[in-house]
Amino acid sequence: MAAILEMRGITKTFPGVKALDNVNLTVEEGEIHAIVGENGAGKSTLMKVLSGVHPADSYSGDIVFENTVQSFSGIADSEQKGIIIIHQELALVPQLSIAENIFLGNEQAKRGLINWEQTFKKTQALLQKVGLSDSPDSLILDIGVGKQQLVEIAKALSKNVKLLILDEPTASLNEKDSDALMELLLEFKRQGMSAILISHKLNEVRKVADSITVIRDGASITTMDCKTNPIQEADIVRHMVGRALEDRFPPKTATVGDVVLEVNDWNVFHHMKHDRQVVKNASLNVRKGEVVGIAGLMGAGRTELAMSLFGRSYGRQISGEVKLRGESVKLDTVDSAVKAGLAYVTEDRKNYGLVLIEDIVKNISLANLNGVSNRGVIDATQESGVAEKYRTDLNIKCANVHQKTVNLSGGNQQKVVLSKWLFSNPDVLILDEPTRGIDVGAKYEIYTIIDQLAAAGKGVLMISSEMPELLGMCDRIYVMNEGEMIGELTADDASQEAIMSIIMQAGSKDYVDAVH
Amino acid sequence: MSTQSTELSAPVTNGSRVLTKSWKGNIREYGMLMALVVIMLFFQFLTDGVLLKPLNLTNLVLQNSYIIIMAIGMLLVIVAGHIDLSVGSVVGFIGALAAVLMVNLNWPIIPAVLVCLVMGGLIGAAQGYWVAYYRIPAFIVTLAGMLVFKGLTLALLNGQSVGPFPDTFQRLSSGFIPDFFGAGGFHVTSFLIGMGLIAFLFITGYQQRKNQIAHQIAVEPLQFFLIKNIVLSVAAGYILYLLSTYQGLPNVLIIMALLISAYTFFTNRSTVGRRIYAIGGNEKAAMLSGINTKRLTFFTFVNMGMLAALAGLVFAARLNTATPKAGLAFELDVIAAVFIGGASMQGGVGKVTGAVIGALVMGVMNNGMSIMGIGIDWQQVIKGLVLLAAVIFDVYNKNKSA
Repeated sequence: MAAILEMRGITKTFPGVKALDNVNLTVEEGEIHAIVGENGAGKSTLMKVLSGVHPADSYSGDIVFENTVQSFSGIADSEQKGIIIIHQELALVPQLSIAENIFLGNEQAKRGLINWEQTFKKTQALLQKVGLSDSPDSLILDIGVGKQQLVEIAKALSKNVKLLILDEPTASLNEKDSDALMELLLEFKRQGMSAILISHKLNEVRKVADSITVIRDGASITTMDCKTNPIQEADIVRHMVGRALEDRFPPKTATVGDVVLEVNDWNVFHHMKHDRQVVKNASLNVRKGEVVGIAGLMGAGRTELAMSLFGRSYGRQISGEVKLRGESVKLDTVDSAVKAGLAYVTEDRKNYGLVLIEDIVKNISLANLNGVSNRGVIDATQESGVAEKYRTDLNIKCANVHQKTVNLSGGNQQKVVLSKWLFSNPDVLILDEPTRGIDVGAKYEIYTIIDQLAAAGKGVLMISSEMPELLGMCDRIYVMNEGEMIGELTADDASQEAIMSIIMQAGSKDYVDAVH
Repeated sequence: MSTQSTELSAPVTNGSRVLTKSWKGNIREYGMLMALVVIMLFFQFLTDGVLLKPLNLTNLVLQNSYIIIMAIGMLLVIVAGHIDLSVGSVVGFIGALAAVLMVNLNWPIIPAVLVCLVMGGLIGAAQGYWVAYYRIPAFIVTLAGMLVFKGLTLALLNGQSVGPFPDTFQRLSSGFIPDFFGAGGFHVTSFLIGMGLIAFLFITGYQQRKNQIAHQIAVEPLQFFLIKNIVLSVAAGYILYLLSTYQGLPNVLIIMALLISAYTFFTNRSTVGRRIYAIGGNEKAAMLSGINTKRLTFFTFVNMGMLAALAGLVFAARLNTATPKAGLAFELDVIAAVFIGGASMQGGVGKVTGAVIGALVMGVMNNGMSIMGIGIDWQQVIKGLVLLAAVIFDVYNKNKSA
């Protein structure tokens, strides 16, 4: 097989930083080539070089595509050659239809007038290829993230793609949609398309990739061939972090005490669609020093449950009982929830967790400004001291605590959000996807922090879509599906299969109910 | 090739790096201040020295006082991520209300002033309520308010000018603080108060710097700090001297100084001020941190309404009459001042001192161009271009540092 793409000795410098250092990458024709590496390793920069976002004169090294040296000066150049990149953040216009999005910038038009008939016909054909049965008329905002991802792929197909680059395509997809997407990728491969897959999810990389290139600190470390011998996840991780990670989870040190949080018959309705109930009669409890997980598919109502508990920051017509330390409490505002000893670490730290334009100090004190002020006047010295303390305790990597949080890596941003909530001194922390978008090394640090919290006697309620993480961290796991608590497993009983089978049974029961 | 370039750029001496860094970090503030100085010198030259004549300097303060007062309130509104287009109309409306109360109904000054300030607060509340609790865009709510209060001004005045105001009220904006030493030509009290203030600012500035060093906040090098503050102190002292050779410090300048210090403290040091910045920076994160975002947004509008009312009183006292046209297009000058002063349209960024400097830039240009006899037509053109240039400069700098 011949190579469709060869990147030779790519070096790219930003002022003061060498982002890529002599990176080599060879993609064979008709293979799925995975690129893995920690956040900030240089994967995205490499793809930006390849797609022409960083033009030809801004880096050194050669890009050889289909046996000719290319010098792209923009995305238009690389797309014209058949290199199409689908970014992690989808580039679709929510208010426009599927068809309009697919042909955005490439309208089927004559003299500026759009030929809608042709647009729809072509869209339908493309949707069929990616296995979507939605109407080309549907608006993007009306379809789920999984389908949106497929629309992006259909859009790529409309451009005569030879090399498809997918940047973290399954980051926001549930397991079912992820599997479907990987199947689709394999189907394209059978039809002869080449693809580059960038992913954090090593299991899916192992499933579909023909070869894997590991990038670390801006350098290509190794390329592993998966066709001849199967690759172990541990091997990939070792190359990624430059050391072996024997234990992906810290040993448990906490002892479990009395019940600290108890929720009974909790009901929540959707904040817009008032007849849609997103949490149904959910009950749960968390003990001191206990890490309790909530497993479930995306859309199971876990975040809705957490946010509605946290001062009714989500939903309507909320009913049910919350007991903290054995006493029934009313938490009508976020402020009252914080004061009662509850903390919620959001799944979306950039939009809901941090004030990105502010520095670390101001973000950490935000939920407990009274703790660094006297009669409404902030003591800047004390405030910086608090930030310094958490910087040391949680090992936040930064130039200094006055660095803006927008410039921190995902893992360090998450540590800042955690610091903010630790400083509010809660009894119960609800952690929503605490390691989303965080690289392997930093994940271990977050797990250690969680374990320390439990050891300090706090109750931790942890929502996660990564089952290994729940299994590795939790003392007990609730399983949630379509707003209902459908199962509870102890650490000993819990396994990926056990959780999935509970969810599947609930699903088939719904199906049986629907039929009868 | 690129390896070489990194090696070449690597050896930079530590001192100059710190200097460039502190310069870059504060480019907006220094830049604005320097622009103000340059603009002043420029007009001083073009007007053959008229700009800095004591009489004109006093006029400059009086002419811009109401814009500066409103710019402080507008800064908070803009930092919170909103806008208030109604302030010009509110100035006119409050002026009319004051005239009706004091001239037509013969109310005494103090209750009339209080009613006007409370009315301003209520106007702010009426608008802020919809913005904060119903999430109606401030642009639309205050655009409606702009029309409503323009109309109400006309209705209140029956389309005519009402005046004059009682003498005591006029002194709100045309009076000067009394001179206890009575040294004839030179206003000693004013000079002493002013010098005391300058010394106070210098010392607090130095202490703040020491404090920052103590908890390891990066500061500008000492010589930089000294040069900056000495130049500023000398400039302020000179202006103070000039004012003292005329009639001393205007009353309204004292009001302004109090407001500027109070709001600078409020925005820099108070928890409430911090929370307003957080709301503008990321409303959802602020809300999920337990901050009552709605109440604070509401508060910024109430505050704006009160300051607009104060500005309305100052303006009416200065004109000594309430006219239906009072306050026309003031909102544009106020908003321009805040943006020239470095605030961000997205919210979360901006300083009280920046907004004040922005207002002074606009004021000096108005005054200088008027003295030069440039028509109102070209004045508008030039002011518009300066606003655009200032914001382009800002955005350009932000992109470069990112």
